[in-house]
Amino acid sequence: MSATILGQKVAALPRKQPRDFAGGAFTALSGAAAALIVLMTAVIIGDVVLHGWQTVTWEFLSGVPREGMTKGGIWPAIYGSVLLVVLMTVALVPFGVGAAIYLNEYANPDAPFTRIVRFAVHNLAGVPSIVFGLFGLGFFVQFVGVQMDRALGLDVTWGQPALIWASLTLALLNLPVVIVTTEEALRAVPREMREASLALGATRWQTIRNVLLPQAMPGILTGAILSVSRGAGEVAPILFTGAAYFLPYLPTSPTDQFMELGYHVFVLATQSPDVDATKPLLYGTVLVLLLLTLLLNLTAMLLRARLRANLAGRS
Amino acid sequence: MIPSAGPLQPGVNVARRRRLQRLREAFIAWVLRACAFSAVAGLLLIMVFVFREALPIFTSAETQREANFLGFFTVPNWQPVSDVPKYGLVPLLVGTFKIVFVAMAFAVPVAVLAALFASEFASPRLREILKPAIELLAGIPSVVLGFFGLMVLASWLQSVTGAPVRLNAFNAGIALSLGILPTTFSVCEDALRAVPKSYREASLALGASRWQTAWRVTLPAASAGVAAAILLGLARATGETMIVLMASGNAALGTASVFDSARTLSATIAAELAEVVVGSPHYSVLFFLGALLFLITFVVNVAAGLLVDRLRRRLAGA
Repeated sequence: MSATILGQKVAALPRKQPRDFAGGAFTALSGAAAALIVLMTAVIIGDVVLHGWQTVTWEFLSGVPREGMTKGGIWPAIYGSVLLVVLMTVALVPFGVGAAIYLNEYANPDAPFTRIVRFAVHNLAGVPSIVFGLFGLGFFVQFVGVQMDRALGLDVTWGQPALIWASLTLALLNLPVVIVTTEEALRAVPREMREASLALGATRWQTIRNVLLPQAMPGILTGAILSVSRGAGEVAPILFTGAAYFLPYLPTSPTDQFMELGYHVFVLATQSPDVDATKPLLYGTVLVLLLLTLLLNLTAMLLRARLRANLAGRS
Repeated sequence: MIPSAGPLQPGVNVARRRRLQRLREAFIAWVLRACAFSAVAGLLLIMVFVFREALPIFTSAETQREANFLGFFTVPNWQPVSDVPKYGLVPLLVGTFKIVFVAMAFAVPVAVLAALFASEFASPRLREILKPAIELLAGIPSVVLGFFGLMVLASWLQSVTGAPVRLNAFNAGIALSLGILPTTFSVCEDALRAVPKSYREASLALGASRWQTAWRVTLPAASAGVAAAILLGLARATGETMIVLMASGNAALGTASVFDSARTLSATIAAELAEVVVGSPHYSVLFFLGALLFLITFVVNVAAGLLVDRLRRRLAGA
């Protein structure tokens, strides 16, 4: 075989490399690994939806657990979860956003203080959630709470597991999430915008408040939503800091204990005297928890995708 | 008298306003700095207060009569609520190791291969399916994965493996691998995508196939990041609580077989702490387990952080 290139006759290269069977097999294997992840995700979600959707009725969502949690609904658990994450967000977002603004806009990246903060953020994200639970009990309940009772001359009021301590524990757990996502959003704001604002005579803070924060808002929201989703699903940190097995009333004060969806799943799955009678309720509760967290995650994903598209369109 | 300093007046005001503004700016910078410090303070407080509650094991003679450091490794059993409480950590360490080993043995190959697929072989369209699926998996709360391991996976796996008990270390390990797959995959994929295109092009131009390029060029170039991904997965697996608490059966046996029930450090804390008297020896021992978990994950995370830095420097220098 031969071909003509630029008027010269040359021996043609083989059109194709010899078939690489081992390579093909490995490529297929890597594809199979990816498919396996997708499949497992689908199986988990599918199983919960399939077994749970019939249970989730208005009565289930608005009722209270009855007859040793074999009947009734999960309203107290939904109420407690929402209260928990709202308090957590209020405590968390100002600190997280403030820290991210400092790291991205003020800090000298090579200063020892900055490096220590970054080191702490990275490692805080890696602390096991059960250790946060121990910390919440040892610090908030047994130290802060007990000292507050002593100072205020109260009987045991603050010095016991309570809604406020559980939400503060979760706030610390999620601090790295908000810092990292906010920083990412701030970094995406082009430098020209800062320079234009400063050139017009705005101060640093005026620039941040009027230019950077509005631009970075989708990113900040993403972080807040992700942490709410994580907060609604984490059980280990609230086991000893405020979650209750069963409560006949809804929490009304920050010192009350509360029921929570994730903990309710754990209780129904492991502590039930009659597993078969509890099963529909269990699946229903898992479905509600899953829908809640996945919808929050989906919102965060869409926001982030928009943020990245904006960024790509700009450059 | 008519104030003659008319034109000066605004000047004075401007100077005062400037001064106030400077003060305000400095104050805000200070507040933001304090916010940033909250992460450091949080980490320090965790260390101080978890270690503080474990301290009686080393300082209080009364606690030491029941539980002492040496006994943790010489007493063979974990029986904290028997008449003579026994606090041997060996069964818990063995249980943790077994479950984490199974989880890693399953999750690491799947995550690394899937990351290779996503960064090297997948069409953009396939990637658009894969990435959201992984993010969904990452968004599933660990208590739901534990529930899945307890209610569904356990029965399937028992029918496949013929294990004598439904809830065992193997089952917990597989359920746990679902919890660490997303982290390992994402860090791994980031590392692979950070490898410059020129590496791949050079390899392909030399006649290597796409698979050879991926396996012999891209993966080694990203090896520090891949190692970091594995370490982060390891740290998460060691500390994960709800999945193993629900799917492992929680018997502190300390046997070698992965088809026996097993109890981990984290699950022990979760299962027992709510029942103990504050300040009792059992309470201190559980905080000691927490301190141990903190130290293990801390060291592994620091190592992972160093590896990521190394990858960044290496690729930036290239």
